[in-house]
Amino acid sequence: MFEEVAKTAEGDLVINVGPQHPATHGVLHLLITLNGETIKKVEPHLGYIHRSIEKMCESLTYRQFIYVTSRMDYLSAHINNHACALCVEKGMQIEVPDRAKVIRVLMDELTRIASHELWWGAMAMDLGAFTPFFHAFRERETINDIMEETCGARLTMNYMVPGGVMQDLHPDFQRRVKEFLVLYKRKIHEYDEMVTGNIIFQNRMKGVGYISPEDVISYGVTGPAARGSGVSSDIRKLYPYEIYDKLQFDEVLETAGDSFARYLVRLREMDQSIRIVEQLIDNIPEGDFQAKTKAVLKLPKGEFYTRVETARGELGVYIVSEGGTTPYRIKFRSPGFSNLSALDHMVRGGKLGDLVASMGTLDLVIPDIDR
Amino acid sequence: MYERIITVLPVKKIKEKKQNITVWSFADISKTIDQWLNDWVGATWATVFEMVIAGVCVIGLFALLGLVLVIMERKVAAWIQIRLGPNRVGPKGMLQSLADTVKLLVKEGMTPDGADKFLFNLAPFIAMIVAMLLMAPIAFAKDFQMWDLNVGVLYISAVSSISVISILMAGWASNNKYSLLGAMRSGAQIVSYELSAGLSVLAIVVLTGSLSLTDIIQSQQNGWWIFKGHIPVIIAFITFIIAVTAETNRAPFDLAEAESELTAGFHTEYSGMKFALFFLAEYVNVFIVCAIGATLFLGGWMPFHIGSWEGFNHVMDYIPSSIWFFGKTFFLIFLIMWFRWTFPRLRIDQLLNLEWKYLLPISMINLLLVTVMAIMGWHF
Amino acid sequence: MFITDYIKDVFGAMKSLGTGLKRTLYYFTHHKEIITQQYPDNRATLVLPDRFKGEVVMPHDEKNEHRCTGCTACELACPNGTIKVVTKFDITPEGKKKKAIDKLVYHLELCTMCNLCIVACPSDAIKMAQTFEHSVFDRSQLTKVLNKPGSKIMEGVE
Repeated sequence: MFEEVAKTAEGDLVINVGPQHPATHGVLHLLITLNGETIKKVEPHLGYIHRSIEKMCESLTYRQFIYVTSRMDYLSAHINNHACALCVEKGMQIEVPDRAKVIRVLMDELTRIASHELWWGAMAMDLGAFTPFFHAFRERETINDIMEETCGARLTMNYMVPGGVMQDLHPDFQRRVKEFLVLYKRKIHEYDEMVTGNIIFQNRMKGVGYISPEDVISYGVTGPAARGSGVSSDIRKLYPYEIYDKLQFDEVLETAGDSFARYLVRLREMDQSIRIVEQLIDNIPEGDFQAKTKAVLKLPKGEFYTRVETARGELGVYIVSEGGTTPYRIKFRSPGFSNLSALDHMVRGGKLGDLVASMGTLDLVIPDIDR
Repeated sequence: MYERIITVLPVKKIKEKKQNITVWSFADISKTIDQWLNDWVGATWATVFEMVIAGVCVIGLFALLGLVLVIMERKVAAWIQIRLGPNRVGPKGMLQSLADTVKLLVKEGMTPDGADKFLFNLAPFIAMIVAMLLMAPIAFAKDFQMWDLNVGVLYISAVSSISVISILMAGWASNNKYSLLGAMRSGAQIVSYELSAGLSVLAIVVLTGSLSLTDIIQSQQNGWWIFKGHIPVIIAFITFIIAVTAETNRAPFDLAEAESELTAGFHTEYSGMKFALFFLAEYVNVFIVCAIGATLFLGGWMPFHIGSWEGFNHVMDYIPSSIWFFGKTFFLIFLIMWFRWTFPRLRIDQLLNLEWKYLLPISMINLLLVTVMAIMGWHF
Repeated sequence: MFITDYIKDVFGAMKSLGTGLKRTLYYFTHHKEIITQQYPDNRATLVLPDRFKGEVVMPHDEKNEHRCTGCTACELACPNGTIKVVTKFDITPEGKKKKAIDKLVYHLELCTMCNLCIVACPSDAIKMAQTFEHSVFDRSQLTKVLNKPGSKIMEGVE
């Protein structure tokens, strides 16, 4: 790092964006070398919100460690929990009832929509438009209310348990979700009116933060950020888990590779999630919501890996078990960390304003990067 | 000359109908006060007193406008963002900005260690003084003007360019990289947008043939310029609104502050009342540019008249001239607030592109059109 | 043609800005669409979802009896040491010793409302309460004893 700093030429401006900065949505520290307004280099510094979640998980039992993972990527808490539950089920070879599978997928997709809603508002706010943030929260709050009714919490639900879900669906769940679908369809065109079609917004986004498909692969970028460059990376399609292989939905792909393409991918992905919810909401099978499991879970000796598609990309859970009640080692492959690594490549040569636009479309959640 | 310094005092409503029924005038009152002061203390002291009264009025108006515009902005923002907005302090939250002012007053005004202390502390005052100076030639109502300058438009464009100095001064003296970037952005921005603002103002000057604001208002007695001047004046009006939005550093041109990029831009290091002065100056600047826009394009305090509808015109005359003026000004302020809460921010190169590639050529051609129109007498 | 492109550009831009302005003006004039609410001051009539996880409580009936046997299942299930069960030995009327709880200490400041203790409890002795205002001026007030003083275990709960 010392050599890097020494390389900065005379007259370069080195500014610290973060750890407390409105654009980073958390405690991310970016050391930016500027030449006037033009970015020469971006160096992300991590560690400000490191809570050693992986180490904490090693001292918790297989039932307990799931709740901690809600705090990683708090915007897709359900999906994180889901990944951990899947990994434990894989190790224990627990057969999950059909009803639980459908409930899990429904919750995942609702979480994905809620996460993208927040991203949409926050990204518009990064670009200086404050109003979309509150409009996005109208839909997001509806989902949060549904979550609150069924899971008892709005953000860190801890609803998935090994073998199924913790509680059965609330009797009002189907009605509330249908109400949400109506609201969403009534309001989604406003997103285009207020942001997508806006000429200022398009100029800010088009051609900004370009990343080629080759670079996407070499940086390990996943999720909507990769699909914006035309790289197929949807785990739900490539390695289907639960009932995703039986569902009708498309993997959204854009080929432009710039911020606007990533923006469109996320916006259209919400429509696909709505499609999945519509397919499932009237077809929730009857039955148990949780498989019968032993009181104390003990994974057999070995290594287990599962991957799911969160709202940001591929989340991998890797458990090494020594046969005890607690994991010997847990490693999370979080999407935010790899996506952040591509930021420097994206914004070099751009303006300071482009940094915000590119970072917004990567949809970084800092606790997910740092864990 | 001294009679020109005219002041307001709270005036009781005149209910007698037999008195002056047309547009009600401040001139009589100011003349009475002037007369009374002259009789009482003599000419020299009367001038001094009148100046003091005028000064107090300007400062009072300054503070009042700040309070009113802040609460207006917050309410407009809230309703656009489907929120309730401030509603706890006072009736319907109307005293919220007063409470905020008290908070800012009692806060410590810090000066950073590495800052240039003199310039750092001077900058907010320059911002405020510029805003106050700009109040002088504005006609708030019929015969109510602090200084009826014969080159009013020139004075306004000259003085308003000083405001960039306060921003540059604040940005440089703060010894902060964010502030410096913000100040440099703002310098480039204000200097460029002054051009198209000036050119669109020139369109009206060409049509009127006078630089005096009084003459410009008088020329709109038979209809406001925006109606009389066909499409060229409408284009000039649109360019003017865009340019002054940029000149006052408001979104979508708020690059000097650019919250998500530069935290707070040039006033990152300011706190307490020094910050409040910048804040106040911004709002008063918005008021002033809107007042100028209302004067030039919407007829200032002139009531709305439609051709030969005598009855309608007569009813419009009953509405006091100050209400006309403030109504038009606040309509323009609403426009600017509406822009702020709808659009994303431009990038710095796009901002300059917009000025040099779009607004400037358009307003130059437009000025040519207006000149031809004025020479040929094609306007109404 | 350059000029026509230029004019088309300008008008296209104006149109796209106009669409946004129209949308925000709609919301400015339609106050029925406002979605934010006041802080819930109406605590008497406020209804929270019945599954809302506010804090762990132990319901007592009118005879000041609870259902907790002191099995420490909740203590074991808790991921972060929120619950501490302090047991004692009661003397039953037959003269036998019986395990019972002395105190069930609950640290609200550590609790993450994960619901694992409620699920683990075999006798439904604890449940989640729908409270949401947990701020206090003194940290020690967050450490609560869930069983009321002088309370006893209900008849028939093993």
